[in-house]
Amino acid sequence: MSLFLTQLMNGIGNGAVYASLALALVLIFRTTGILNFSQGEMALYSTYLVWYFSNRGLPVWVAILLSMTLSFIGGAAIERIVIRPVERASPLVLVIVTIGMFLAINSIVQVQFGADAKHLTRAYPAHVWRPGNVQISADTLVLVGILILECLFLYLLLQRTKLGLGVRAAASNPESSRLLGVPVGRTLMFGWGLAAALGALAGSLAIPASQPALSAASMQSILVFSFAAAALGGFDSTIGAVVGGMIVGVAQTLTTQYIKALSDIVLVVPFGLILVVLMVRPQGLFGSRHVERV
Amino acid sequence: MRSRRQLQVLALATAVVVLAFLIVLPHQYGSTNTTRWAQALYIGVAAMGLNLLTGYNGQVSIGHGAFFGLGAYTSALLVNQHGWQFLPTLLVAGPLCFLVGVAVGFPALRVKGLYLALVTLGLAVLFPDLTKHYVHVTGGTNLVAMTGSELAPPAWVPTSVSAIGRDDQWAYYVTLAIAIGLFLAAMFIIRSRFGRALIAVRDHEAAAATVGINTSFVKVSAFAISALYAGLAGSCSVLVDHLANADKVQTFQISIEFLVAVVIGGTATVVGPLVGGWLVVFLQHWISDSLPKHVGSISVLKRTLANPAASPAIFGIILILFVFVLPDGLVGGVRRLVSRIGRGDVNDIQPSTTPLTT
Amino acid sequence: MSLLEVRDLIAGYGPVRVLHGVTFNVDEGEVVVILGANGAGKTTTLRALSGMIPAKGVVAFAGHSIVGWQTDRIATAGVGHVPQGRGTLSDLTVHDNLLLGAYSRRDRAQINADIERWYAIFPRLGERRMQAAGSMSGGEQQMLAIARALMSRPRLVLLDEPSLGLAPIVTQELFRTLGDLNREDGVSMLVVEQNAGLALGIAKRGYVLEVGRIVVSGSADELAHNDDVRRAYLGI
Repeated sequence: MSLFLTQLMNGIGNGAVYASLALALVLIFRTTGILNFSQGEMALYSTYLVWYFSNRGLPVWVAILLSMTLSFIGGAAIERIVIRPVERASPLVLVIVTIGMFLAINSIVQVQFGADAKHLTRAYPAHVWRPGNVQISADTLVLVGILILECLFLYLLLQRTKLGLGVRAAASNPESSRLLGVPVGRTLMFGWGLAAALGALAGSLAIPASQPALSAASMQSILVFSFAAAALGGFDSTIGAVVGGMIVGVAQTLTTQYIKALSDIVLVVPFGLILVVLMVRPQGLFGSRHVERV
Repeated sequence: MRSRRQLQVLALATAVVVLAFLIVLPHQYGSTNTTRWAQALYIGVAAMGLNLLTGYNGQVSIGHGAFFGLGAYTSALLVNQHGWQFLPTLLVAGPLCFLVGVAVGFPALRVKGLYLALVTLGLAVLFPDLTKHYVHVTGGTNLVAMTGSELAPPAWVPTSVSAIGRDDQWAYYVTLAIAIGLFLAAMFIIRSRFGRALIAVRDHEAAAATVGINTSFVKVSAFAISALYAGLAGSCSVLVDHLANADKVQTFQISIEFLVAVVIGGTATVVGPLVGGWLVVFLQHWISDSLPKHVGSISVLKRTLANPAASPAIFGIILILFVFVLPDGLVGGVRRLVSRIGRGDVNDIQPSTTPLTT
Repeated sequence: MSLLEVRDLIAGYGPVRVLHGVTFNVDEGEVVVILGANGAGKTTTLRALSGMIPAKGVVAFAGHSIVGWQTDRIATAGVGHVPQGRGTLSDLTVHDNLLLGAYSRRDRAQINADIERWYAIFPRLGERRMQAAGSMSGGEQQMLAIARALMSRPRLVLLDEPSLGLAPIVTQELFRTLGDLNREDGVSMLVVEQNAGLALGIAKRGYVLEVGRIVVSGSADELAHNDDVRRAYLGI
């Protein structure tokens, strides 16, 4: 029983990793209605920035905040320069542009920082508690805690502030929003910047928690699971990203542990989920019916 | 003012010259170059198939590397494990990939746009894991290495076609034959009623249904046909490269290469992706081999280009640039240019039929 | 000086020119109507005024030239716009739609008071305040669109075919309300319509637009008795 609970906690920990990037995906979808295949690589670059700064002596949390700020600016710039012209274009164009960015950013990371694995300093000490033989790691607690804070922050921002209203309006009907004085362009830039900043935080905390080192491939497996989390929860639901992430994380851990036959092909879990969800209930568990805009 | 007839003659003449060049090529070039041209051909074949699905039918797939891998493994295992000659393996790989394409096409009916792209990504990512798990030859990896002798040309091939010690010529000719065959098939498909149905379903599915088109049949068929092309291309790759390797990185990367080939070559023509395939292969080699030499003095640039990651970066940037600058791709752009010159009327409004310029 | 002064306005979509030099004006406190059949350029005119499409010519609002201004800047300057098809933000609640209307304002308390006032004027909106706006009927969405545009307390409101797709009884009520708002709040209006009868009923002056040019202009009374107008738009 305690093994099961430990695995459950591990699953939740993994789930928090996936959910944190899924939040960024959901935010992008809520602002511009597209799936950003390069979200993981953007977060990767941000994480490399954290490594770069902390390597040069900055305390880790300062490096993270600095990276988040720079990522915010970068995300806003990407929206303005690369995404704005193709926002309403066909799926093929959107795939090409986001995949193009995926390739470009991943390669820029390798060229700029080198392809060797980097050691990323932890932002908090690793620790494992053992209440009643169940193992709970500090990573799990911190990640889940940060997730809850992010959800709260996003809820308050989007539902209770004028800026948030503008973001939701711009996503719902950009033309009407402009006619009411909403600066739609700047609002979209803000959405992308915020998503990039969230991605930076996600990468900085999740990678040390889930992998031995930072490398150019670090984000790729996380991204896949995060997409599954967002699809399951509903691409336009913040809560969905978190719940979806938890389900995916727990499903993955329990599958690996208990269904030996699938342990090699554990990716079947997220992609199977994505396929089933998109076929049966495209708006996910918590999304609204309008999700099929894409 | 050139007439349409004269332009057709020009196109035909160009095709003949290119064909002649392609036929004598292996005897003019050494084995390295011949192999590269063969690679360009099989990438082009897969891209042609993908274009039928994505360009003409509007279903975006970034997972066709899985079908390519399936074809490759089928041929590789039949030759390596069961002692088959290479050519007969095509008769298994092709239909197998076609059937898997049908199987994938059905659930794809229910998923559209970017969501479909996401699901096909799953194909590319899952395929390596599934083969590693269920195919017990590779010793835990995704690599099937072949010896040259298994893939040597059969006895009935004269040495004038494929010289001794030049098995690459044989590999090239097989690939060329398949490329020409599939090219003609694609031309035929596009010009047929089915081809028009493909485009109708892409542009306005609801309207297409009202005119009596069975949209499900069209969409699933498009998937199956594109899978067939990718699978045969994969088989050829075994003959050309003497190995089958469908690990995760490879499968995803090659799926993207197909997409790049389609975009660069242009979605509006059948030949566009072939040109795109050529560009994808030769551009990569140029970036890693030739470009650094020309950049001699600027050491930072040289170091950057020498990095193996430089190639995907440049591809990524090219992809994005093409969307903005040349949405019709190279061939589409040339076509527009030629027809403008031909008609002598620059103000002609060309209706756009490509999904990139909607 | 007119509140809105338009001279020789030229506008269109890409290479297709729709307006070939249109001249009209709206004075403070007036309701002015532009009549025209489909394709005449009515919607194009309003879109050009709101900066949604590029335009050439003279467009002056409260003395300032607004040609070339971004849409949101024009809106913030005091030009409201009720778009054709109502422009409902379907995913947002009725309440959020109204709140959004006040985006360019800062006076919190007054904004809430205004929202309550609109719920009083349009009780059906009040009943559905927490509902998704997209789930309401056409008439209700039109009321919402008007209330939303007026939430920003504009000096001038552009209305694009408010009667389109609505039942006759609903449109009668709608135009009555518009007339009331003009009289009580002093909001100037430029209404573009195919339904000439109702529109001329609340207007002071009007124009007739035909294939991108103004062909008739005069008081509402004059237009209502103009034979050509009557034949073309009033079905008489």
